[in-house]
Amino acid sequence: MHSFGYRANALFTFAVTILAFICAIASFTDTLNSPSPTVEVKVLNINWFQKQPNGNDEVSLTLNISTDLQTLFTWNTKQVFVFLTAEYVTPKHALNQISLWDGIIQSKEHSKFTITTSNKYRFIDQGSNLRGREFNFTLHWHVMPKTGKMFANKIVLPGYRLPEEYR
Amino acid sequence: MGWVSDTVHSVKSIKFREALTQVITLGLVVTSALIIWKGLMCITGTESPVVVVLSGSMEPGFQRGDILFLHMNNHPIRAGDIVVFNIDGRDIPIVHRVIKVHQRQDTQETYYLTKGDNNDMDDRVLYNHGQNWLEKKHIMGKAAGFLPYAGWATIIMSENPIVKYILVGALGLLVLTSKE
Repeated sequence: MHSFGYRANALFTFAVTILAFICAIASFTDTLNSPSPTVEVKVLNINWFQKQPNGNDEVSLTLNISTDLQTLFTWNTKQVFVFLTAEYVTPKHALNQISLWDGIIQSKEHSKFTITTSNKYRFIDQGSNLRGREFNFTLHWHVMPKTGKMFANKIVLPGYRLPEEYR
Repeated sequence: MGWVSDTVHSVKSIKFREALTQVITLGLVVTSALIIWKGLMCITGTESPVVVVLSGSMEPGFQRGDILFLHMNNHPIRAGDIVVFNIDGRDIPIVHRVIKVHQRQDTQETYYLTKGDNNDMDDRVLYNHGQNWLEKKHIMGKAAGFLPYAGWATIIMSENPIVKYILVGALGLLVLTSKE
């Protein structure tokens, strides 16, 4: 009954149970945080806007993104994955989400910033529906904890429009 | 000579009963593990509720050896979700993030493009030749939560099968020989 093996087993089981419990508490404390990030996006320039030989529209933008994500960080936050999508509806597609830019933020100190960038991923439609198209920018964030449940949310910035003509 | 055969008989029967108890205990351990696994499958709605991260393509978010918990509910998959997908004709599932989504009006068919956070290029290089998009059928689940380091045992065991045999053998032996 009281062999070395049994004692080691009991100790190990106890340690794992406590560890799991602490991880669960750490994950739970994240739900007590109510973040309020802010974002502003400006289209500085439309670099080019054309139809590819295969018939899909493609546009290249220069964007100015300024955001404050400091409230997302808690003691259980490993990183925040933040990305900006263009989202729009066309007669052919009920939903289009296209990532234009993304970033990995690993500390609170780096979570308030302004950048000017052209789109990191290509803005290509499945078809030729971008001329004069209304779209919104959406800033999404996915919070990855040190352990436990992942959180995600977004801010939608409506009211942008692409030009009527290729350029 | 009657008492000899009686004794032999009783000894034999005791051994048999003990062995049977041990076998049943072992069976219980195996079946409860199976029940937990199948139960998780029912709750999460995915074929593999738990996966181990095998590559560093999602660093620094996920590292090799981390465990991911998957689920597959009615919420549609959207840009930013971390999905586990299987390319036709390949065994090893991949854990990457969705960066583009196009949902058709007429068929409701949805097309996804994925990318590893730590990779420079999107996943079209990983897909089969000529395949530009993932579809619903390729996706096994969405990552909902994660546990660091817990998958290392699995990686070690799958890379060195001998360790696995020794471990399983030792555990089996322990269960069969342990006395109350």
